[in-house]
Amino acid sequence: MSRVFKWIREHLAVLAGILALAYLVLPNLVVFAFSFNKPVGKFNYEWSQFSTDAWTSPCGVADMCGSLSLSLQIALLATIGATVLGTMVAFALARYRFRGRAATTALIFLPMAMPEVVMAASLGTLFLNMRIQFGFLTILIAHIMFCLSFVVTAVKARVMSMDPRLEQAAQDLYATPAQTFLRVTLPLAAPGIAAGALLSFALSFDDFIITQFNSGPTTVTFPMFVWGASQRGIPVQVNVIGTAMFIAAVALTVAGQWIGNRRKAQA
Amino acid sequence: MTTTTEAAPPEVIPLPPTKPRRKLTAYWLLLPGIAWLVVFFAVPMVYQGSTSLQTGSLEQGFRLTWHFATYWDALAEYKWHFVRSFSYAAIATALCLAVGYPLAYTIAFKANRRWRNVILILVIAPFFTSFLIRTLAWKTILSDGGPVVSALNTLHVLGITDAIGLTSGHRVLATPLAVVCGLTYNFLPFMILPLYTSLERIDPRLHEAAGDLYARPFTTFRKVTFPISLPGVVAGTLLTFIPASGDYINAQLLGSPSEQMVGNGIQKQFLNVLDYPTAAALSFILMALILGMVTVYMRKAGTEELV
Repeated sequence: MSRVFKWIREHLAVLAGILALAYLVLPNLVVFAFSFNKPVGKFNYEWSQFSTDAWTSPCGVADMCGSLSLSLQIALLATIGATVLGTMVAFALARYRFRGRAATTALIFLPMAMPEVVMAASLGTLFLNMRIQFGFLTILIAHIMFCLSFVVTAVKARVMSMDPRLEQAAQDLYATPAQTFLRVTLPLAAPGIAAGALLSFALSFDDFIITQFNSGPTTVTFPMFVWGASQRGIPVQVNVIGTAMFIAAVALTVAGQWIGNRRKAQA
Repeated sequence: MTTTTEAAPPEVIPLPPTKPRRKLTAYWLLLPGIAWLVVFFAVPMVYQGSTSLQTGSLEQGFRLTWHFATYWDALAEYKWHFVRSFSYAAIATALCLAVGYPLAYTIAFKANRRWRNVILILVIAPFFTSFLIRTLAWKTILSDGGPVVSALNTLHVLGITDAIGLTSGHRVLATPLAVVCGLTYNFLPFMILPLYTSLERIDPRLHEAAGDLYARPFTTFRKVTFPISLPGVVAGTLLTFIPASGDYINAQLLGSPSEQMVGNGIQKQFLNVLDYPTAAALSFILMALILGMVTVYMRKAGTEELV
């Protein structure tokens, strides 16, 4: 018995870590399991019967796949916008000294230190008072706004850790500034830019609070659809999409790491 | 947060002095991004201050009348929402730290390379799955007849939490406990990642050195590991507390009307009542309180720039 206690005491941190991981993963398992449910009534909270109906007709629910495609479009455009703007700002912050640097840093930091609902309500108020029609464009503007800071942070960290001597070497070897940028600087900064872009995509795709305040009644993104469904009745297909997203995310991350490892092995 | 799997930069190489012409390049690079943030983040923040002092209606339009009474009315109506927001967020942050630290520690020191990557993916992957769907899954997990509630009832835990007001009627759903549980769950990765980043940088030889100096494992943790990981603790608590205090999704989906937080109030005033001045006043108060708390906390914790 005392040996059991000793073992537990020695592995306390790991045991607590495993419990924490279980807490994190449990809802995903529930979402997965309940994607095979055939619920009684409108809500999919209680297990009743095994069925693969939802998996065989994932778009069998009115409006759901339309909202999914809208979310993907917005996420894609917001990612492109935030990544381009954010990368430029990150390079300026990492590579140049200029006046107004502290103010710029504060402006980048503040959106990340602000509860979403505050940004959501204030931007919504502005659009409302400017009489700008809520819809696709307002959502996109809002998403680029809150994704920007995350891109700047990711890219800046990467650019700061790059050795500027590599670029100097390229110029010593008669590369034009454009060549240096495209052949040396950009490839070196790519992992940071990719991280920022991926984070933007995830944040934009999953955003609910800012979207709810800045979308009209007719522009329904996927999270908005789920929110509405949570009040009216949830189709099982929502769980199918949730599970598919989880699997796709894991697969993407694994593939990304695999490519990264291979590159390292080659280098 | 995103560079967690990368080692710290080897050395910082000083920048060559910037020539004046290149300074112009910096401004061109900054212009579009900063303009975007000014127009769609900073201006709305200021504008919100003005909206909160306006009176009027949607039909007749709103006019700035310096109507400060909106603030007092909003505070009178929503003071308990503020209390709940900050206490739920504080409890959730403490729980995130308690739950997240062992996991971050395990990833950083106990897992080998392969497992480390697997666990990190499992921590990050939920980011890519709709958090509304995952929050709704808690409705199933914590449902009245479910295994969790039965187990807690068998162990008489719910009797105790009922007595201190965390739960009521021997159930978890629609109680403060459910909302706190949801908040903790939703923001746990925001705690784990900065903790892991700061723990990962610790040289394991420091642990050996502490052991050589006859420090017991717990003493090593208290005197070596934890102090070095403090920047991660500060970043993690901020990244958890700030969004948690403005959240209204967990209170809406897992709580009952008596667990509503400030976010629910802002949402209701903005989207249902269409009382924009009150919504603006509430979100202005929330912002001011959070900025105040963050400033004090960062002074006390004494960390440099987080960006």
